[in-house]
Amino acid sequence: MKDLLEVLEVSKNFGDFQALSNVSIKVPKHSIFGLLGPNGAGKTTLIRIVNQITMPDSGQVFIDGAPLELHHVQQIGYLPEERGLYKSMKVGEQALYLAQLKGLSYNVAKNRLKHWFEKLEISHWWDKKTQELSKGMAQKIQFVVTVLHRPKLLIFDEPFSGFDPINANLIKDEILQLRDEGATVIFSTHRMESVEELCDHIALIHESKKILDGKLVDIKRQYKTNSFEVGLSTSNKNQLKRLIAERFDVTNADFKSLGDDLKLNVKLGSGDRSDDLLAFLSQNASINHYKELIPTASEIFIQTVKNNGL
Amino acid sequence: MNHLILIIKREYLAKVKNKSFILMTFLTPLIMVGLIALVTYLTSVNNEKVRTISVLDQAGFLKGALVSNDYTIYHYLESMDLETAKTLSSQNNSYGLLYIPNHPLDSVSKHIKFLSEEAPSLTFVTGLESKIEIRLKELKLEKAGVDLSKIKAAKTYVNLNQQSYEGVKTSKTGSFMKLGFGVLSGYLLFMFIIIYGNLIMRSVIEEKTSRIIEIIVSSVKPIQLMLGKIFGTSLAGITQFALWIVLLGLLMTAASFFLGVDFSATPQNDMMTEALNNQVVNSEIQGLINDLWGLPIFNLIIAFILFFAGGYLLYSSLYAAIGAAVDNETDTQQFILPVIMPLILAFYVGFFTVLEDPHGSISIVFSYIPFTSPIVMLMRIPFGVPLWEQLLSLTVLVITFVITVWVAAKIYRVGILMYGKKPSYRDLVKWLKY
Repeated sequence: MKDLLEVLEVSKNFGDFQALSNVSIKVPKHSIFGLLGPNGAGKTTLIRIVNQITMPDSGQVFIDGAPLELHHVQQIGYLPEERGLYKSMKVGEQALYLAQLKGLSYNVAKNRLKHWFEKLEISHWWDKKTQELSKGMAQKIQFVVTVLHRPKLLIFDEPFSGFDPINANLIKDEILQLRDEGATVIFSTHRMESVEELCDHIALIHESKKILDGKLVDIKRQYKTNSFEVGLSTSNKNQLKRLIAERFDVTNADFKSLGDDLKLNVKLGSGDRSDDLLAFLSQNASINHYKELIPTASEIFIQTVKNNGL
Repeated sequence: MNHLILIIKREYLAKVKNKSFILMTFLTPLIMVGLIALVTYLTSVNNEKVRTISVLDQAGFLKGALVSNDYTIYHYLESMDLETAKTLSSQNNSYGLLYIPNHPLDSVSKHIKFLSEEAPSLTFVTGLESKIEIRLKELKLEKAGVDLSKIKAAKTYVNLNQQSYEGVKTSKTGSFMKLGFGVLSGYLLFMFIIIYGNLIMRSVIEEKTSRIIEIIVSSVKPIQLMLGKIFGTSLAGITQFALWIVLLGLLMTAASFFLGVDFSATPQNDMMTEALNNQVVNSEIQGLINDLWGLPIFNLIIAFILFFAGGYLLYSSLYAAIGAAVDNETDTQQFILPVIMPLILAFYVGFFTVLEDPHGSISIVFSYIPFTSPIVMLMRIPFGVPLWEQLLSLTVLVITFVITVWVAAKIYRVGILMYGKKPSYRDLVKWLKY
């Protein structure tokens, strides 16, 4: 089995409101899968269906090839976007309680918690009341509880909100390590930089429909426009610009450089290759800067949503 | 199943460890005993005040009829007119002046007056009136030539020896006891539902506002969480009730022992003792014990446990659903009212109908309707309800309970993940279809 999670043609309505319509996704094993989409697109509903919090109207969900059943909740770790803790409970007993609900025995849960608390250097929080913790501190506890039962599938909904950059990095490294240890991770987020950084695969959901999915590199290849960013030194900028514009599509570019360069975005024609552009440029000016323009996840996101929103 | 026990344990400990819960557990009996002691003390102070009543008996009918006692002193004024008597009695700081003008026996009753600075208490006036009535009646009988001693000798007290057709002895005091059991158990259930139903509701709201709910329901089914909450809170409630009873008992004993507060020494009790003294008391006490054993105790206990549990669980699942539907306590009002209405109705039906006519049609109907049956049936059972009726009512209750839990769980399951908008009843119906 290549895919750990397969969602097949899942639909869900809340009254007249359609939250998901025939959504299918495949999450390969040991990958980090980005579930993207604007607010209200249906991401959380999809995640809740995988967690068996909400039941789908139609469609099926498979974990490791088997239809989703009640016992699967013990193989999933879920950190919801709306997350909190019991305010009046102590940190340690609360973590123990939540871990036991995930099927761990008291002793195993306690040992693993001790280990994690030491690793994150939060052992002295054990007897604190949760209401004394800051938001970031509470998030750490929630993260530990989510991964404690060593689930095959980890689902994080906006995991970095509430963390300062240092702790966000800490958690990011932990997530990467968990992936290396064999877990599969689903990420739901608006933060495109973390998608760029972490995700191997993405799926984009918009207005209850999946409008894009696949490997991030494949998608980028598909969305690239064969454009290049160039910086050229020349004595006569206008003349050079006119010269290039006769051959290629040209727009002004803006990036930082040391000299007084002519900065352009150059789009290749259908028959042209990168070598052609380089050869043409080197004949007419000296090249200080040359870079292929790869669409960012954010650009792909905005472009796809715009195209589908009409 | 394992999860359910975990949840029950957590809910129980969370309630029992809660500071305000602990405070309430220990303060409530203290406050109650304190209040009772205060009231008892105040009544005794009130009673110890000696009242002087001036009596101007121009007709001479009341000679010897008004006997002074510890609390009331009758001061007979002789040969003066009303005005002098008024001045005199107000100078003497008398409580009031009883004035019997010189009229023939037949018409004097219309002219008797009581004059006082402030309006006299109702019990005092009634007591005085009955004393005068008895005296005048005696005088009239004597005038008609009746021998009073014969009447006194002929006075008879009847205490019916009640028995059912099966030969089970019952009695007036037995009826009182049945009444007591019914009222007590109905009241207990009523209080229990209101106090701990609210507690359940608040704890559901707390889970919503602290945003832990989604983490929990990704591990357990919402219905498990709901049932765990209900059972955990109920156990905490039972603990609190048990502690209250024990503490109340201890405090009452301690208070009457050390402070000398006699909790039975209320004026009402005095009057009752007086009334009882006139009757043959011994056989009454014997009868009381007989009655106690004569009650269907086994049936009562079993029925109490079953109907109490059924009624409480039925209502608490509704409270849990309300908690799930709203975001904060202020929004609960519109949903709580329709839940409390049948409860109050049951209580009133119990008081005014069942105690009057335990086997009347209204009592019977309400002891089948599941939302009123726990209270009404518990009030009826001491008066003897056939087993099949109890079982039928219980079955209806259990079926309704299952349906209610199902509906509540549906609302709960959807509601716990809904934030922001306060739902209308129509929304709740929609949720059932999600």
